[in-house]
Amino acid sequence: MDRIAAHLSTLEPVAQHRPWPRYQVDADAWTAIGERLGEGGDLMGLWGDAGHVHLALRAADLPGPAVVTVAVKYGGFPSIGRHHPAAIRLERAVRDLYGYTPIGAPDRRPWLDHGAWGVRAPLGAAEASGRRDSADYDFLPVHGEGLHEIPVGPVHAGIIEPGHFRFTANGETVARLEQRLGYVHKGIDGLLTDVALAQAQKVVARVSGDATVASSFAFARAVEAARGFEAPPRAQMLRGVMAELERIANHLGDIGAICNDAAFALIHAHCGILRERVLAAADAAFGHRLMMDLIVPGGVTRDVAADGVRAITDALEAVEPAFAEIVRVYDDTPSLQDRTCATGIVRPDLAARWAAGGHVGRASGRGFDARRDLAYPPYRGVALDVPVLSAGDVNARVWVRIREVRTSLRLVKDWLSSLADGPVQAAVPVVREPREGMAVVEAFRGDLLVWLRIAETGRIARCHVRDASAFQWPLLEAAIEGNIVADFPLCNKSFNCSYSGHDL
Amino acid sequence: MRTLLLRSLFAAPVTIGAPDPARAIIEELGFTLAARARRLFGRSLTIREVDAGSCNGCELEIHALNNAVYDVERFGIKFVASPRHADVLLVTGPVTHNMKVALERTYAATPDPKWVVAVGDCASGCGVFEGSYAVVGAVDNVVPVDLHIRGCPPRPIELLQGLIALLDQATGRVPSG
Repeated sequence: MDRIAAHLSTLEPVAQHRPWPRYQVDADAWTAIGERLGEGGDLMGLWGDAGHVHLALRAADLPGPAVVTVAVKYGGFPSIGRHHPAAIRLERAVRDLYGYTPIGAPDRRPWLDHGAWGVRAPLGAAEASGRRDSADYDFLPVHGEGLHEIPVGPVHAGIIEPGHFRFTANGETVARLEQRLGYVHKGIDGLLTDVALAQAQKVVARVSGDATVASSFAFARAVEAARGFEAPPRAQMLRGVMAELERIANHLGDIGAICNDAAFALIHAHCGILRERVLAAADAAFGHRLMMDLIVPGGVTRDVAADGVRAITDALEAVEPAFAEIVRVYDDTPSLQDRTCATGIVRPDLAARWAAGGHVGRASGRGFDARRDLAYPPYRGVALDVPVLSAGDVNARVWVRIREVRTSLRLVKDWLSSLADGPVQAAVPVVREPREGMAVVEAFRGDLLVWLRIAETGRIARCHVRDASAFQWPLLEAAIEGNIVADFPLCNKSFNCSYSGHDL
Repeated sequence: MRTLLLRSLFAAPVTIGAPDPARAIIEELGFTLAARARRLFGRSLTIREVDAGSCNGCELEIHALNNAVYDVERFGIKFVASPRHADVLLVTGPVTHNMKVALERTYAATPDPKWVVAVGDCASGCGVFEGSYAVVGAVDNVVPVDLHIRGCPPRPIELLQGLIALLDQATGRVPSG
């Protein structure tokens, strides 16, 4: 029997946590579960709450995801990271934000706290603290003959989000990459503590702008789970349309950008045009190019415009044949394949251990897709092609995107041709008790988790968003090892992790 | 065969887009902008983009300025990799405390005369992140701002309009001739 399930089977879940159970566990069970993660279960998230630390997971013989919670004692909690490295950065973030020490943690350096806030543990004790030089950070030492360091960032050369990469190279070959993130930390966990629902949904929509639809989708579903209601059928389908348009637009942008970094600007130019067509159609149909703030608890804020279905259908009909040609050019160009094949390999065992979602996981043999595996509406009962490749290189991540674009095009067309009639929004029912809800949706980069607690007043007492990037960033460090420095942009683009979604 | 394929790829979006009124506006705006940029900067205006805490929504739309539909480069406006080559800093995001020093240094590294454009509601007034311990706030709390382009995020066309407004302001500032 799987030991995670064994630890939970004797426990009674806490009341009013939906749709999956949450268990309050003691330190021993917490540690035992941590020891099993990576092989016997997937870590889905780890975040702080007043006096507690929560951990979301999946395990082979649990019927669905679950949350386990440990109480903070004497300012600390047993480190999961000492057994399961994917938890290390999350624990460093909990310590920076709440001041709770992960006891026994292998890495005690701060992560999000660069010494610039003027306050220590802002969501915990919140003591005033002197500012320190943010450059004062101990990168892990790398020893060896002929090694040199290349520091890059936080301000990068392109129109990109900020972050710092410290390369240790031997000639042109990368011996090690260490990331330092947190530059765009905006205090989102704090802004999502004791806040009106309407304000919370605006903040959640801006966790990572490129995944705004998916974030709002997950938030809405978490509120709906907590309050025990569903959006009307037409709203469900429109949500699906928006989510897939977001996926198509982002994948088109990524495929183009990857080829651009392999010196093939032609594909980039064409993908840019196609992406633009999709965004213009979204604007015509829903009034916002990125479809921000449209998905809310209970449904969507506006119905598709009168000529919106036509605008989207026309755009997709233009995209489909052009995209097929782009794919053919990609597939027929050896000089391009020469750059993308066998570059930036993520080993399947690492993808599995880190429970990496999206194209990073699926290009390395991990076949999880929340749309299929957690089948939420409107994906319930929809046959979904989940591409799973095993090469784990840049090329495989491109191909996962290509196949997903094809699937998304079909899904959007299917929904638009069979849109249910009726309202697009249901009122959030009043429930006179605190409730907790959780949702996982498949964003374009992978599974995105939202957990929240709603007070009886309807205010959001606490909400946490975990972007897919959290478990993908560390794998980029592994992917670049042994590659040449010049291939880093290519590898980085093939991941396209969110800085903002990670830093929160 | 290859040439044929590529040509057909190239042709499709252009022909479909022809009656689009937005395209006419883009060109009109762009050429006005080009005339002013030429007078001030001798045919070119170079922009360095700095994300000082954005959610990346603004970056997506700034990126779009470079695609074949908006193609700002045909008007002499170009994004550069180094602040040392820039006339304009295009800054997004509520400035986070963790990015404040980097923004100040980027500003210091940009040669005079220089202009700062705050792009988006966050850069203009902190947006939904107001009140957080982790953000300094609007860009003008950190470096002097010449122009705000609001929107969440502003559309690419609005970014182009904003750049014109900037040049109007700059014309008033820089002695002509």
